[in-house]
Amino acid sequence: MGVVGRFNVMVSGRPDGQPMVFAHGFGCDQHMWRYVAPRFEDEFRVILFDHVGAGGSDLAAYDPGRYNSLGGYAEDVLTICCELDLHDVIFVGHSVSAMIGVLAAGAEPERFAKLILIGPSPRYIDDGSYVGGFGESDIEELLDSLESNYLGWSSAMAPVIMGNAERPQLGEELTESFCRTDPQIAHQFARVTFLSDNRADLAKVATPTLVLQARQDVIAPVAVGEYVAAALADSRLVLLDATGHCPNLSAPDATAAAIANFVRS
Amino acid sequence: MRPPPPLPTSSGPDVSDEDGAREVLDGFLAPLAGDDPEQLYDRAPCGYLTTMPDGLIAKANQTFLTLTGYVESDLVGRRRFVELLTPGGRIYHETHYAPMLEMHGTAREIALDVVCADGRRLPVLLNSVLEHDISGMPTVVRTAVFDATQRTKQRAEESEVRARKLAHTLQQSFIPPTHPDIPGLELAAVYRPAGDGTEIGGDFYDVFEIGPEDWCVVIGDVCGKGVEAAVVTSLARYTVRAAAVRQTEPSAALATLNEVLLHHETDRFCTLTVLRLRHEAGDWTATVSCGGHPLPFLIRPPAPAVTIGSPGSLVGPLDAPRFSDTAVELGTGDVIVMYTDGVTEARNHMGEFYGDERLREFLVAGRLSAPTLVDGLLDEVMQFQSQQPRDDIALVAIAVPDSEH
Repeated sequence: MGVVGRFNVMVSGRPDGQPMVFAHGFGCDQHMWRYVAPRFEDEFRVILFDHVGAGGSDLAAYDPGRYNSLGGYAEDVLTICCELDLHDVIFVGHSVSAMIGVLAAGAEPERFAKLILIGPSPRYIDDGSYVGGFGESDIEELLDSLESNYLGWSSAMAPVIMGNAERPQLGEELTESFCRTDPQIAHQFARVTFLSDNRADLAKVATPTLVLQARQDVIAPVAVGEYVAAALADSRLVLLDATGHCPNLSAPDATAAAIANFVRS
Repeated sequence: MRPPPPLPTSSGPDVSDEDGAREVLDGFLAPLAGDDPEQLYDRAPCGYLTTMPDGLIAKANQTFLTLTGYVESDLVGRRRFVELLTPGGRIYHETHYAPMLEMHGTAREIALDVVCADGRRLPVLLNSVLEHDISGMPTVVRTAVFDATQRTKQRAEESEVRARKLAHTLQQSFIPPTHPDIPGLELAAVYRPAGDGTEIGGDFYDVFEIGPEDWCVVIGDVCGKGVEAAVVTSLARYTVRAAAVRQTEPSAALATLNEVLLHHETDRFCTLTVLRLRHEAGDWTATVSCGGHPLPFLIRPPAPAVTIGSPGSLVGPLDAPRFSDTAVELGTGDVIVMYTDGVTEARNHMGEFYGDERLREFLVAGRLSAPTLVDGLLDEVMQFQSQQPRDDIALVAIAVPDSEH
């Protein structure tokens, strides 16, 4: 299966425009971008995709060995860029995909023009004077929450498999799969996401970067956003007047405006 | 013949009937008189929360306050709902619940734990709807909070029942399906899994016929517990069965199993004793090979019980293990006892091991038949650890009965 099927890649916008790749975070899928990404179709080539294991991706492509670290997901981003022959890429990563973008840009800096990291955290677990916001036992609690809430997953997956971009009437059904993942995949992705430590990878990135940070975010607090911005060579931090970890959903206007300000010439 | 009953007569509008109906209705509705909207809200059989789109609590009903132990002034205008959750629950809230609510306008039957005023955790089920104004802007989130303590308890109980059933089914595959019987010998075996029966241990035994008057008895212990250990236990049992058919020496069967485990993805190893019993010219010969397993005892009254065979390597972890064979001719009255370390490593309340010495003493306590011996030894070891075995126990005894038997 090609990258389009494997990652449920959706391309829109100007075919000759600069590519903007939007990567969703843990728990959801590319619908996370529905209030933000369309606003860039006038000028850019907009590429949306689902990480393997999420949304409409090919679940059969999920390999527990490959996805045992964020590196596997970063390789996927590079694969998509390579197969679609994308250059001068603007990468927009939410939550864990912010670090996936950092890893991808560290590995192939020439591929990327700009990075936009929304609610990034290089490490969720506290470590000495570094405050990530969580303890290791908290992650076990999260895994419990995932386990208690996976019911109904399989019935909800059916519409996504038949989902088709050419049939917009299925749009609503498509979003039914939103936030629902195969329980075992969700379990491993949660572990990999919340137990990873990418602090050392930040220094390897020279790509101009915008860090977008919500003022109230219980997953990635402001101090963590500041840490990320300070550790990157070429970055600016913008605080969004938004609450929660998903300003792309809760404050799409402010989010889109901050991104536009950074990417539009 | 009786006249028919008079038909109801009507004179003008049927006022009396209408009044009666109203009376009935009033009587029916009377208990609901106290159902003013405020009481309906506050005394609802579930907690109600109203939050602003940013999660700030704007209103909470009395049921929610009673369930969680908070007072209104702790919450309203001060706390966001996500702050009442456990840290792991907060991540779930932010990565699943809040996005679902934003995207669908509803989130249903979400299971989370609320941290109550006294720090206690209350399992709840949440149903939320996001309200919009006419321009489509989110205005408030309304959430019904159901106490899920009973449901959670029930789930835990159900999962324990399932675990027990799974453990039992797997354990049945660790021992022969029917009680083994070797013609001309007296054989008895017992198997007692550790703990309360929900855990799956790694002890097993097997008895099978290779040819006429040619039998194999195996006892073993796979390191670790759980389903993964059970997989290795099955693998070990069937590998030894297959190897014993092709190879006469018990040590060769151990070497084959070692090879198989080396190439298997598991890191687990096991200890094993393989005993081959052959009946030739009227006499039984026992050939024993051990792979890191406690050596079997030979009881030949009136002599004290002695071990037979030599220890050998653990089976599975080494590239070049050493296994050897020891042959013993058996006479009338001889008994061979094979056991797992659940016997000798049983501990009493003082923390003392049952140990080799107690075992030897038990084995010379008198001439016993094979069934009496295994049952008696199991009883003694169970009593020693106050009927709470922390490890599995497997025991096999083979006796050469008197010829008149």
